[in-house]
Amino acid sequence: MDINFLIILTIIIPLAGVPLILLSRNSPNLREFITILTASILFLTNLLLTINTLGLSESKTFVIVNFFPGGSIQLTPEPLGLIFGLIASGLWIVTSIYSIGYMRGKNEKNQTRFYCFFALAIAATMGVAYAGNLITLFIFYEALSLSTYPLVTHHQSESAKQGGRTYLGVLLTTSVVFFLFGIIWIWSITGTTEFVSGGILENEINPYLTGILILLFIFGIGKAGVMPFHRWLPAAMVAPTPVSALLHAVAVVKAGVFSVLKITVYTFGVENLSSNGASEFAMYLAAITIVAASIIALKQNNIKKMLAYSTVSQLSYIVLAAMIVSSNSIIGSTLHIASHAFGKITLFFCAGAIYVASGKTEISQLKGIGKAMPLTMAAFLIGSLSIIGLPPTGGFISKWYILLGAIQQEEFIILLVLIISTLLSVAYLLPVIYLSFFLTPDSKIDHGEAPTAILIALGISVTLTILLFLYPTPIFQIAKFIGN
Amino acid sequence: MLSQLPALQVVIPLIAAPLCVILRNKEISCLVSQAVSIVSFLISLILLQQVLNQNVISYALGGWLAPIGIEYRLDILNTFILVIVSGISSIVTIYSKKSIEHEIDSEKIYLFYTGYLLMFSGLLGMSITGDAFNVFVFIEISSLSSYAMIAMGKDRRAVSASFTYLVMGTVGATFFLIGVGLMYAMTGTLNMADLAERLPKVYETKAILVSFAFISIGILLKLALFPLHLWLPNAYTYAPSVVSAFLSATATKVAIYLLIRFGYTVFGSDFVFIKYPTAEILASLAIVAIIVCSLVAIFQTNIKRLLAFSSLAQVGYIILGISLNNLNGLTAAIVHIFNHAISKGALFLAMGCIALVIGSVKIKDMEGLGKKMPFTAFAIVIGGLSLIGVPLTAGFISKWYIILGALDKGWWVLAILLLLTSLLALVYVWRIIEAMYFRSSENVYKINEAPISMLIPMYVLVIMTIYFGIETSFSAGLASEAAKFLIGT
Repeated sequence: MDINFLIILTIIIPLAGVPLILLSRNSPNLREFITILTASILFLTNLLLTINTLGLSESKTFVIVNFFPGGSIQLTPEPLGLIFGLIASGLWIVTSIYSIGYMRGKNEKNQTRFYCFFALAIAATMGVAYAGNLITLFIFYEALSLSTYPLVTHHQSESAKQGGRTYLGVLLTTSVVFFLFGIIWIWSITGTTEFVSGGILENEINPYLTGILILLFIFGIGKAGVMPFHRWLPAAMVAPTPVSALLHAVAVVKAGVFSVLKITVYTFGVENLSSNGASEFAMYLAAITIVAASIIALKQNNIKKMLAYSTVSQLSYIVLAAMIVSSNSIIGSTLHIASHAFGKITLFFCAGAIYVASGKTEISQLKGIGKAMPLTMAAFLIGSLSIIGLPPTGGFISKWYILLGAIQQEEFIILLVLIISTLLSVAYLLPVIYLSFFLTPDSKIDHGEAPTAILIALGISVTLTILLFLYPTPIFQIAKFIGN
Repeated sequence: MLSQLPALQVVIPLIAAPLCVILRNKEISCLVSQAVSIVSFLISLILLQQVLNQNVISYALGGWLAPIGIEYRLDILNTFILVIVSGISSIVTIYSKKSIEHEIDSEKIYLFYTGYLLMFSGLLGMSITGDAFNVFVFIEISSLSSYAMIAMGKDRRAVSASFTYLVMGTVGATFFLIGVGLMYAMTGTLNMADLAERLPKVYETKAILVSFAFISIGILLKLALFPLHLWLPNAYTYAPSVVSAFLSATATKVAIYLLIRFGYTVFGSDFVFIKYPTAEILASLAIVAIIVCSLVAIFQTNIKRLLAFSSLAQVGYIILGISLNNLNGLTAAIVHIFNHAISKGALFLAMGCIALVIGSVKIKDMEGLGKKMPFTAFAIVIGGLSLIGVPLTAGFISKWYIILGALDKGWWVLAILLLLTSLLALVYVWRIIEAMYFRSSENVYKINEAPISMLIPMYVLVIMTIYFGIETSFSAGLASEAAKFLIGT
């Protein structure tokens, strides 16, 4: 099939799902079937797109509309976007299966609205993945913020509204003030915002201003969660767990780091940055975020809060790797998008499974829960290993490449930061395993495993985490296109 | 026939107005206004077509050639304004029937339409004429009729709002006239094109400086730039909804047009921006207007009042664009005249729907409206997003150009400030959205959506708000043509 057709389909398919979901609101089974069907078709489309695109020698751009003279909304399939598109659409299937178990298990209200906005958010994510220039990226980035707001505030309680305000407030403020400003600045220097391999800024602007521009993007893309603009992430944890799982382990946060990576590679240019060292400051900023967020995660008792801060820390790995700007670190950065997505979604699924089965939300309540929910807690272990970066999980491979990149560029302080943060992640994740398997419960546990749908979803995400370790070749192959 | 169009543009509504008085029938006068507006809109489109072909149309009224007679002079800028004014008028009059029947005593309705048509022809005349004194005449026509129409509001405070406007509007018009008189004394002509030629010879005189000061302050009063804005919030709040929509979308916009016309054509940008620090003065006032009025808007409980303050802030953006005195800045100003007209028009029309259905435009009465009046609520969302300048709405295009303009001028801090201020808009828009969608009403009584005759015109504006956020060759294209023409590149 034609690539232009396929790429526009990736946005149309989830959008087309919305009215169908609305129409079938009176029959939950049909509604969920449609969601999963849409997700599967979307994944297949992305797969087809990937296969078709990688055979091409040069990239094709599809212009949807010419916005104003010189600016346009356009989509371009390129390796980085393809990986992100595949991951997001693939995990949408898994999350949909999981949502069925979770939303029904908790008897949530307004489930139709939930599935509708979920589909909308995925459409926006696809737009982010395949954006062909900065303007398009910005538009879909904002669409993603807006379409996820109703998901975050799903419970409509006072705390949900509070969380939602922080969420939208931080994301919109940073994007409008810094991100948009950066885009317009680049436009006024170069007259284009297109993503071109090798970047568009070489010899256009001096290293100091380049450094400032990078900061505008790092802060402007609040979804990447670099401190001090990370507050929205823990605030958004008021959302139902499937939302936290997909959006805050995959779609939203990854849209952020993905944008940073994409802008580094296609706007600034890897060679340009590594030769002028403009990204140094941003790199240290990410390093600080990694350590600080890990320390905060240590102090959390709420499982989802702990995972949120762990996410903040892990996201900065990706930003850090992008800012190291070596071919290996860029590959590591790309791989980490995938490995963290699989690992963290597993952990969020576990948190939700525990909540559905037992109603527990705090780490201290988990004593001995491993006996009642062995499968869930085993999955938690695998997810933790991936976040820490140990074999046999995907996290090991991505971290390996990030470390290689740091050594290649002789950034030894960064090396130290990576080691410290690994130790910290051991310290905040493994106690959960210890509590649940080796301690005896305070009171008698009277529940069993989570609903089957949840366990199926967990099984898939765990498999993916391990598969990424055993067969990293496909993603690795695509990632190598970017590193060059 | 085609060559007489410039005159017909103004004359048709002017003649239709007394017709309404003679007929004394509310149904027919409503129909007449609708027909006149649509005909005017068609005329303005034909004129636009002609202007695009031949750049400038000069029309001698009554066959008396300038400088003795009055010249109507059309270029891209004022033809664009004519299209906006008559287009908005077509939409507003089609919308008006139900809303006016609800808000105005039945026996006064024909008078309302009379006033409306007078104001309409006044605004068209202000835009089309190439004669400085004639501008004053049309200012008075439109102003006097707008005082009457504001006073027709249901709330008794409408009368005092109208009176305040009358006082300040008269001061403004008088200032304008004094300025024109001084110019005439110095140059012996009232024709704008002649003035533009003769003024440079007398640039150095104090009289011209004073004349410029009087004219610009007079116009700034009419367009309600902070701190000359005091008449506007009450006027918009207590006027009938239709009037608020029409005034906010067109009246201040035509005054802004006059500022551009006198600044760039009559006095010339050399005199205005290079010889005197007008840019700095206007820009600082505009920034204060944007910040202060946005902040005040955040704390309003009456949504019409909130929108009025938001209009004041948006006027600030337009003035800022003008003061940048470069291509992107001026394009931003002109395109924002258009974009703000359609978005704010849609918002005020939505307020009219809400006033009709629930009888109040207080924010607390709008709780849960997202479910009860889904179409109206959605229109408010789109209009609001455009005020913030969210991508894919018309407002984003204006924002883009004005920031480019600021960067071109090297005013970095201003560019960042502009982005920050759009967040203030986010706050006041979000308050409405939150009330409508995320709070459920305590009132359980059932309400229906507004009548379809009001929804359709409103949605024309809503769709335009989105359309002109995506496809901008008409709006931004014409605006940049007009800006090029004015700056002379």
